[in-house]
Amino acid sequence: MHALSIRNLKKVYGNGIQALKGIDLDVAEGDFFALLGPNGAGKTTVIGIITSLVNKTSGEVRVFGHSIDTELNAVKACIGVVPQELNLNTFDRLMNIVVNQAGFYGMPVRRARRRAQEVLEQMQLWDRRDDIARNLSGGMKRRLMIARALVHSPRLLILDEPTAGVDIEIRRSMYGYLRELNESGTTIILTTHYLEEAENLCRHVAIIDEGEVIQHHPMDEFLRTLKQQNYIVNTREPVAEVPVIDGCLIYQRKDYELELAVQRDHDLNDVFAALSEAGVRILSLRNKTNRLEELFFNLTDRSDQVPEEKTEMEE
Amino acid sequence: MRIRAQLITLETLIRKEISRVTRIWVQTIVPPVITMSLYFLVFGNVIGRRIGQMEGFDYMQYIAPGLIMMSVIQNAYGNVVSSFFGAKFQKHLEEMLVAPMPTWSIILGHVAGGVFRGLMVGSVVTVIALFFTGIQIHNIWITVSIVILTAVVFSMAGLINAIFARKFDDISIIPAFVLAPLTYLGGVFYSITLLPEFAQKLSLMNPILYMVNAFRYGMLGVSDIAVGRAYAIILIFILVLFGACTVLINKGIGIRE
Repeated sequence: MHALSIRNLKKVYGNGIQALKGIDLDVAEGDFFALLGPNGAGKTTVIGIITSLVNKTSGEVRVFGHSIDTELNAVKACIGVVPQELNLNTFDRLMNIVVNQAGFYGMPVRRARRRAQEVLEQMQLWDRRDDIARNLSGGMKRRLMIARALVHSPRLLILDEPTAGVDIEIRRSMYGYLRELNESGTTIILTTHYLEEAENLCRHVAIIDEGEVIQHHPMDEFLRTLKQQNYIVNTREPVAEVPVIDGCLIYQRKDYELELAVQRDHDLNDVFAALSEAGVRILSLRNKTNRLEELFFNLTDRSDQVPEEKTEMEE
Repeated sequence: MRIRAQLITLETLIRKEISRVTRIWVQTIVPPVITMSLYFLVFGNVIGRRIGQMEGFDYMQYIAPGLIMMSVIQNAYGNVVSSFFGAKFQKHLEEMLVAPMPTWSIILGHVAGGVFRGLMVGSVVTVIALFFTGIQIHNIWITVSIVILTAVVFSMAGLINAIFARKFDDISIIPAFVLAPLTYLGGVFYSITLLPEFAQKLSLMNPILYMVNAFRYGMLGVSDIAVGRAYAIILIFILVLFGACTVLINKGIGIRE
């Protein structure tokens, strides 16, 4: 069974903007799924429709087989959502916020309190349970929203930019927790601008752009479509003359730093051997960007279209 | 969702709303009590002495039920409009919208908060009234039922205002330009028998007149209108407003994009 199945989903807002142009999307049960796209691509609209915060114009959405048109409450019971924008009652205490959310899902108050303790501990917020939400840092507020979304143990967890503003240490512990949650059977859909996060966590990826799904693949398969990969190398001595190597374009960034653009059908061993032969001794190597970021940028970059758009507007 | 779970959603929202009213009691309870004390002092004590009797009662005694009812109406309405619009503005209304919470539970939970605050303020104003005049109860059942039903009506009206409101101005326009004039012209300070015939007929179109007079009947045993008609009007308002709230929330008007 699919955790989420979307068919021909369209959304036209009241101001005439067509946010979704008929998208199809399937997310398998138990998957860790990345839903990516540039700002304004339609990701948040899709999530809004799934969680009933946005009315769709047409199309079909099913969550674990339940239609949002005919079984909305069954759909809602399956989903936990962490929205992109903060939506907390900032004047209320953390414990109340989480316990009340459990109550809105029909959980008796004693069980809700036990469960609130669990999720607040998991999000490292238990010590702050009696604080007013307004007094939390941005990262803590985001973790509180995750705790709130998990309190009713949803089968499908939707995270819309969950790690924005969260420091690296907490972010790593959140990754660990999300992996555990996914391994225990919770399907997770993640939207993020940290593409490294998506590449490391997710097994499937869909890219939305201008209201359409332009890519929808298993992550490994998708990453294999990358034609070249860029690396930055630091050298022991300054490079006097940039060597020429077959299958690899080399640019000098600084005296001690080169950028290598290696074609996918060439081995790094051959490149290193050729560099060594040219007298370049390598101290360190790192990826220029991560692979998903490279693909994402290739697919969604519209910088070359700007002059054309301008011309059309001028006309 | 099973009935028991649905009732838990309602219980949760009622608990949340009541805790909001009590948490910010300096904003919710104290100001209306001070305002009403001033009404008693100025209209009842200072001006009222010169007015003399109305319908066989001291003027202070006559306006006490009206002032209690006025505080109930304003606070029931104000509580729901500010709580619901605040939740909408801060977006934490989404906590309820993403959960499988029945619409009736969202409505009744907010109404319960409005009724609670209305009755809290009404009770304190009644105690204040005791410092200025003697309070009598002609019929306790009518007094209690009318005050609760009226608070329900204005809580629902406040909910509708909050559903449509897009900015803070929108939640102050109706109380300032509709609710206040209707309340002041609804027989709080006078009997409509003192008005010219045309104004009397016009006053009969004001629903608040029925609520104030039915409440006054419960306390003093005098009324400008038939109490049975007041019950009928209040019940019709409750049904119509509940239906309107249900349709608006189900369609997502003002709360979903």
